[in-house]
Amino acid sequence: MWRYVGDHPGSAGGRSRDASACASVAIMTVDSPANCAGDGARAPDAESEQWVRALSGCGAERDRAVTALHEALLRVARAEFARRSGQLRISGPELDDLAYQATADAVIAILAKVGQFRGESRFTTWAYRFVILEVSAKIGRHFWRQPHVPLDTADWDRLPDRLGLDPARESEWRDLARALRRAVEGELTDHQRRIFIALMVDGVPLDALVARLGTSRNAIYKTMYDARGKLRASLVANGYLHESR
Amino acid sequence: MSNWPDLDRFLQTDPCDAGCGTAMELLHVYADLAAADPAAAQRRYPEVAAHLRACGPCEQDLGGLLAAIRPDVTKP
Ligand SMILES: [Zn+2]
Repeated sequence: MWRYVGDHPGSAGGRSRDASACASVAIMTVDSPANCAGDGARAPDAESEQWVRALSGCGAERDRAVTALHEALLRVARAEFARRSGQLRISGPELDDLAYQATADAVIAILAKVGQFRGESRFTTWAYRFVILEVSAKIGRHFWRQPHVPLDTADWDRLPDRLGLDPARESEWRDLARALRRAVEGELTDHQRRIFIALMVDGVPLDALVARLGTSRNAIYKTMYDARGKLRASLVANGYLHESR
Repeated sequence: MSNWPDLDRFLQTDPCDAGCGTAMELLHVYADLAAADPAAAQRRYPEVAAHLRACGPCEQDLGGLLAAIRPDVTKP
């Protein structure tokens, strides 16, 4: 779910922060790592080199490497599902089956892309990333197989809790919550409103929405990023929040 | 300072935020750096660090990756 509790760089610099410090960084719209990590490539360490050589080869050595990779990724997948078990209402063989699926998908992706490994990290870290992302995608897809509140119920009473507004102080934030809802309904595009309501009102996890809409995490984040900016500007204009310094 | 800091932080957007695409692409590089020195990772990739502070799913993936590589880090 969204991080709206805890440290946030916006509170230190926010919207007025000089973006030129990050001018060389592709913001939001560029998925390619080339812009950010072009200088990160270096000669792989010996162990990473050995992985790449074995997985790119053939015969028994490759088979052994694929088996070892599968074992390592399965350990990571199982540990990650266990770490995130609170997001799933399954356990035992069903959960282990998801771990096997995530592992199998990750191994296929890694074997297809092993030639693209550029030594920016250790090989195992690069490989584990594939299975971690598969676990997230599987948890997102699994959301829709659980009993849940259907999409588009738009129960706005749940929003204050998600935004950390204390029920005991409702008399203080009631107008703010109304202003926020007016801004959602009046300032956002249809698409932004749909995404905002799914994530923040209906409480759909971001990766579940990715699975439902057949889009990318980046696309939904970008939509919410723009929506957040619009909503904040509206609340500032109406005196509910202060302008960022 | 807002009277509603959680809401305010949620609505704040950081122009340095790299977005999920870049963060996911660099997650392995960032994780190796962060496992050794989190501050160094933030200095090296401020745009990824900004994103991880704002995006729960990507921050969770980083947590998983750091947990996965921890045994390797401590290996002699
Ligand atoms: Zn993200």
